[in-house]
Amino acid sequence: MMSFFTENTAEILLKTWEHLYISFIAILIGTLLAVPLGILLSKTKKITKIVLTITSMLQTVPSLALLAIMIPFLGVGKTPAIIALCIYSLLPILNNTFTGMQSVNENVKAAGRAMGMTPAQSLRMVELPLAMPIIMSGIRLSAVYVISWATLASYIGAGGLGDYIFNGLNLFKIDLIVGGAIVVTLLALVVDFLLSRVERSMIPKGLRIQGGRSS
Amino acid sequence: MLHIEKLKKVYRGGKIAVDDLTLDIQKGEFIAFIGTSGSGKTTALRMLNRMVEPTSGTVTINGKDMMKINPVTLRRSIGYVIQQIGLMPHMTIRDNITLVPRLLQWQKEKSEATARHLISLVNLPESYLDYYPSQLSGGQQQRIGVIRALAAEQDIILMDEPFGALDPITRDTLQDLIKELQRNLNKTIIFVTHDMDEAIKLADKIAIMHEGKLIQFDTPDNILANPINNFVKEFIGSHRLIQQKPNFKTVDEVMIKAISITIERSLDEAIRLMVKSRVDTLFVTDGDNRLLGYLNVESLTGDARSKKSVSEVYIKDIVYMKTGSKLQDSVRRILKRNLNNIPVVDNQNRLIGLITRANIVDIVYETIWGDEEQELKDS
Ligand SMILES: Nc1ncnc2c1ncn2[C@@H]1O[C@H](COP(=O)(O)OP(=O)(O)OP(=O)(O)O)[C@@H](O)[C@H]1O
Ligand SMILES: [Mg+2]
Repeated sequence: MMSFFTENTAEILLKTWEHLYISFIAILIGTLLAVPLGILLSKTKKITKIVLTITSMLQTVPSLALLAIMIPFLGVGKTPAIIALCIYSLLPILNNTFTGMQSVNENVKAAGRAMGMTPAQSLRMVELPLAMPIIMSGIRLSAVYVISWATLASYIGAGGLGDYIFNGLNLFKIDLIVGGAIVVTLLALVVDFLLSRVERSMIPKGLRIQGGRSS
Repeated sequence: MLHIEKLKKVYRGGKIAVDDLTLDIQKGEFIAFIGTSGSGKTTALRMLNRMVEPTSGTVTINGKDMMKINPVTLRRSIGYVIQQIGLMPHMTIRDNITLVPRLLQWQKEKSEATARHLISLVNLPESYLDYYPSQLSGGQQQRIGVIRALAAEQDIILMDEPFGALDPITRDTLQDLIKELQRNLNKTIIFVTHDMDEAIKLADKIAIMHEGKLIQFDTPDNILANPINNFVKEFIGSHRLIQQKPNFKTVDEVMIKAISITIERSLDEAIRLMVKSRVDTLFVTDGDNRLLGYLNVESLTGDARSKKSVSEVYIKDIVYMKTGSKLQDSVRRILKRNLNNIPVVDNQNRLIGLITRANIVDIVYETIWGDEEQELKDS
């Protein structure tokens, strides 16, 4: 088992990089799509249900099937993998953005409006800062999902740590499967930990201090 | 300066929240909207800064049709104290106070100076500017909510139950504070409350609302003397109607002479004066008879025995009444704060008299039994 790590160190690092790269781009695009959409949804309550239903339906399409569907349209390689992962990352971020925006106290929003904030100012100065911790925890959840699902991207030739697992399955080499799985899991844990730190730093200071006058 | 004509709000679903509201408000007036829950007070108030768009009717501000002013500009020019405080939890007290100045892109130095000035007006230390709302008590937060509405030097301030959910003493203090601010800064304040005592104490004119309609709009004295119908009579409450007589009396009519001592005197002299006049409190004044504080028996015991002069031990924190105030207000203050007496000062803060609990007993006695005695004599 150890030999897997010692003999392939350089390659493992390369594939880890590839894996991270695919995941990162997918989450980035997912965030850029889902956060504005979530904000929009929280403002126009009518279509909210429809959109959330569609995205949660997308979520239930089996991952391998979704990847396979991509092939006729986009061929193989990194692009279809990133698009598929991106679709998966949407729902948690969308959901949390919506919930986060809804959780902002009505009275605080009304106060902002009464002081003469424009809708854009209210969003930037009040709603987003207060919703940010919840949005960030959606991004973190998505990141962990996407990193583990990115393993499957290897199936359509996108590379990444999934290569070890699929090779292992084809060649009946247990240490490839286990080794690949260990690295993916570690990666997910590390990213989760790092993002949890980011999430905490996003909680506005005024909400972290509760009572007590020592600051 | 504010002319409201046939203002009406029908909410979606057909609820008529405000119906044909017509009234005029002059500059510098303190107006209280009062009424049962759901009578349309908040809706009426919010139509004045277009937080709620009127269904019909007009509001004219300084001769200008409000509907022609951009709502964002309008709101930045009118102070608003929202029901339940509504401070921004993620902003420091400084940023909360200077919210409107920042929206108006004032110079940083000017905003900062405003924040310092305003926080001193409500007797909080400047160090609080760096705190967050969650670090302040309810009463302190409420004070910030009030000064936030003054920060951009707005002439008109709307307040929606700004002192709800406060203990009576804090409430009383804040009421005094806002009344003083309003007088000194000559602000026009429109105030929503469902507390009749608060309305009588603060307002120049009271607007009584019921089911969206304005029932009576007049000065507190006129409303107490001539309630327009049974609804208003019931709303005021019979206990207040009985109090009518002392209502019209001012503190000047019943106050007695206050025993005072000037600040540079020695404690020995103070004690001798107390014994001689048979009082337990001396009011401390400066050479011009201006009230500085007081001295009582307790302040002469303990530590104080090593001190020599009045200036070292007198207590600066003192509650007083201005000349011309209603007697009823002094009664309320004495009872609420559990004082034994309350000094009266003139406009230059010179001590001119004293209201004591014994005074009040006399007045109450006169009000309740006076008529009967008169009748006995007559018959
Ligand atoms: N956004 C809204 N949509 C529909 N109806 C509303 C809305 N806001 C208020 N109302 C209704 O309009 C009426 C007046 O409400 P408003 O809030 O002005 O009363 P209020 O006098 O301020 O009451 P309170 O003393 O409880 O604050 C109520 O019957 C209320 O239910
Ligand atoms: Mg209300």
